[in-house]
Amino acid sequence: MDLLGKLGGELVGVLGTLWTIFPFLVGYVLVILGTLAIWRGVRRFLRPKHDFGSLKTVTFGDESSVTSNTAASVISIALIFLAWGAFTGSRLLPGFLHVPGPFVGQTEFTYAIKTPDGTTADATVTVLVYPAGAPADDPAVEAGTGIARNDSVAIQEYRSSLLRAQDNDQVTKDDGAEIVGVDGKAIAPGDSVRLGWGRVALTPKGTLNIEPSKGWQMEPIWLPAPEAVWARFIEISKEGYRNSTLAEHLGYSLFRVIVGFVLGAIIGIPLGYAMGLSDWFRGWFDPIVEFMRPVPPLALIPLVIIWAGIGETGKIILLFLAALWIMAIGARSGVSGVRISKVHAAYSLGASKWQIMRHVIIPNSLPEIFTAARVAMGVCWGTVVAAELVAAEKGAGMMIMVASKFQSTDIVLMGIILIGLIGFGIDLLMRWAERVLVPWKGKG
Amino acid sequence: MTGLTIDHLSMRFDLPNGQAVQALKDVSLDLKAGELMSVLGPSGCGKTTLLNIVAGFLAPTDGKVILNGKTVRGPGAERGMVFQQGALFEWMSVRENVGFGPSMKGMNKAKKKEIVDHLLDVVGLRDFKEKAVYELSGGMQQRVALARCLANDPDVILMDEPLGALDALTREKMQGLVLKLWKETGKTIILITHSVEEALLLGERLVVMAPRPGRIHREYNLPFAEMGVNKDLREVKKHPDFAKTREEILSMIWDMEEEIMGRTEKA
Ligand SMILES: Nc1ncnc2c1ncn2[C@@H]1O[C@H](COP(=O)(O)OP(=O)(O)O)[C@@H](O)[C@H]1O
Ligand SMILES: [Mg+2]
Repeated sequence: MDLLGKLGGELVGVLGTLWTIFPFLVGYVLVILGTLAIWRGVRRFLRPKHDFGSLKTVTFGDESSVTSNTAASVISIALIFLAWGAFTGSRLLPGFLHVPGPFVGQTEFTYAIKTPDGTTADATVTVLVYPAGAPADDPAVEAGTGIARNDSVAIQEYRSSLLRAQDNDQVTKDDGAEIVGVDGKAIAPGDSVRLGWGRVALTPKGTLNIEPSKGWQMEPIWLPAPEAVWARFIEISKEGYRNSTLAEHLGYSLFRVIVGFVLGAIIGIPLGYAMGLSDWFRGWFDPIVEFMRPVPPLALIPLVIIWAGIGETGKIILLFLAALWIMAIGARSGVSGVRISKVHAAYSLGASKWQIMRHVIIPNSLPEIFTAARVAMGVCWGTVVAAELVAAEKGAGMMIMVASKFQSTDIVLMGIILIGLIGFGIDLLMRWAERVLVPWKGKG
Repeated sequence: MTGLTIDHLSMRFDLPNGQAVQALKDVSLDLKAGELMSVLGPSGCGKTTLLNIVAGFLAPTDGKVILNGKTVRGPGAERGMVFQQGALFEWMSVRENVGFGPSMKGMNKAKKKEIVDHLLDVVGLRDFKEKAVYELSGGMQQRVALARCLANDPDVILMDEPLGALDALTREKMQGLVLKLWKETGKTIILITHSVEEALLLGERLVVMAPRPGRIHREYNLPFAEMGVNKDLREVKKHPDFAKTREEILSMIWDMEEEIMGRTEKA
């Protein structure tokens, strides 16, 4: 009951967060529909013919009736980069496309104090907001001659600063003076005043908290601009990262995946065949396979590290296990999925058992094995990155893990993009191999 | 002792739930070499089971099949089989499919090529030799299946609804082809169908089976197959006896189906 209560609380929290995202989701859907309307309009304008395709009803389960619209893909990707650039103030985009950035530059505001005898006086605070890469000193200002004296402060963009403005005044806080106004507006401790360039608050202790506007753009430490990520990519591919070149990091990850996958296939395919052809093998391995299949390879990482350490052996064992069950199950269903009439036909054409194995069972199982191989490669690639996140000296996952510890978000992003591209490339390669090697897939 | 003897065959399937299905009971038939027999009957009456036993894929619970004096004890190249669809090897080209039997026997390449080329000519697929089978239409695929079966030069050809999945026009053409091949090759053929018309057109002998238990209900000797060889089958269908026999068999099968329905309703 206690647990349920806790989980309920968590759920409320999560839903609350999601609720704040909801307007953005709605906005995104509206953008999609908007571009669709524009696209339709443009097409109708260019080619005002009646489009019979639009009369076609979507048949559920019939994938061929809906194909991917290339224009939509292009717009979708362009929009992602556009948003990325706009929210990071990318130099690749013209300035008018940027969302408002943080306030940078020099500005000033006045504050008013009131002494115990009722006199009031003003002084000016000069604020210099400097960009993250170019630290600056507090600007020099004349102290002035009144009861309240002028102050200055330098603040880095996206930061705020506390200023004890009264310390240099003629009548200080210890004398009983207090701040009563900022830029002509009355202020009490705990209040704040919004100004054109940001916000000034008065703390309960009488200190000014100066917060220059942060704008809508993301700090580079959260989301670096595309060109910063690109620059990092160039830099790291020239100079390497953590004593290894970029090619070494990626090469090690790929090496682990390929060796693990190949070993898994070498053992898994014959295992699957044995399970598909012999009830004894099937009975022997079914419980093992059915138990191991739902265990995510990631859950094996700690055990593998305990047994084999963090070296190559451990990782390859892990990937071997990740590929093994998938390949075994693929080969098993490839064998048992053979249409009985094909086997019968081969028998009545005079084929021996062995010839049927060689000319019917094996080729018939290849499409399923290829499907399994595609899945296994995907799982292996994901698993290797995760394993490297946990412990590794080289590798794509290690690179982004270390970078995140140093808050090098640009390297993290670069790594994630490279991991995605390589994963995508692997899948393309597998699909190509499938087309070339088993062209009869799905044509039975 | 040439010919095929089906001798008091019975087949009972024991189901996992403890019940048993009597798929065939005491079926006996004698086929002379070169005879063409069609088998007709409502679905579930044991036609496929009968064919599978003759082919050697199933061992009967009782009785035996004797071909050319020898009892059948398993599948063999002297009994070729043509299935409804999907029994071609889609990883092989048309040529490789047709050459499958000879390849398995280890026949030399030149001789195999001669056989394959000849048969592809006979079924009219010479130009599709190197195509993948899944690129062909359903009718063409069945021609490949016929050619593949003939390439092995079997004594008996067993066909399980070979034209069942084809459209009406293609089907009619294929019926003509079956008759032509039968006459040219002189093979003994057993052809299962559930089209009464097809059974009449393609059977010198026609066996009507009845279900539960599967047994032979009636046998006919018919002149239409002989009449139809290399002729327009539509002319054959206009023969007054054709229509008469068709009506007779149709009502017989109707009665059987009705009986089945009645029985299941009561059960
Ligand atoms: N392998 C099997 N196991 C159990 N019952 C079977 C099996 N094969 C066929 N039967 C049963 O035997 C009967 C005859 O089947 P079948 O020969 O396929 O009929 P048909 O080909 O005339 O439609 C059916 O009732 C069917 O359910
Ligand atoms: Mg001051």
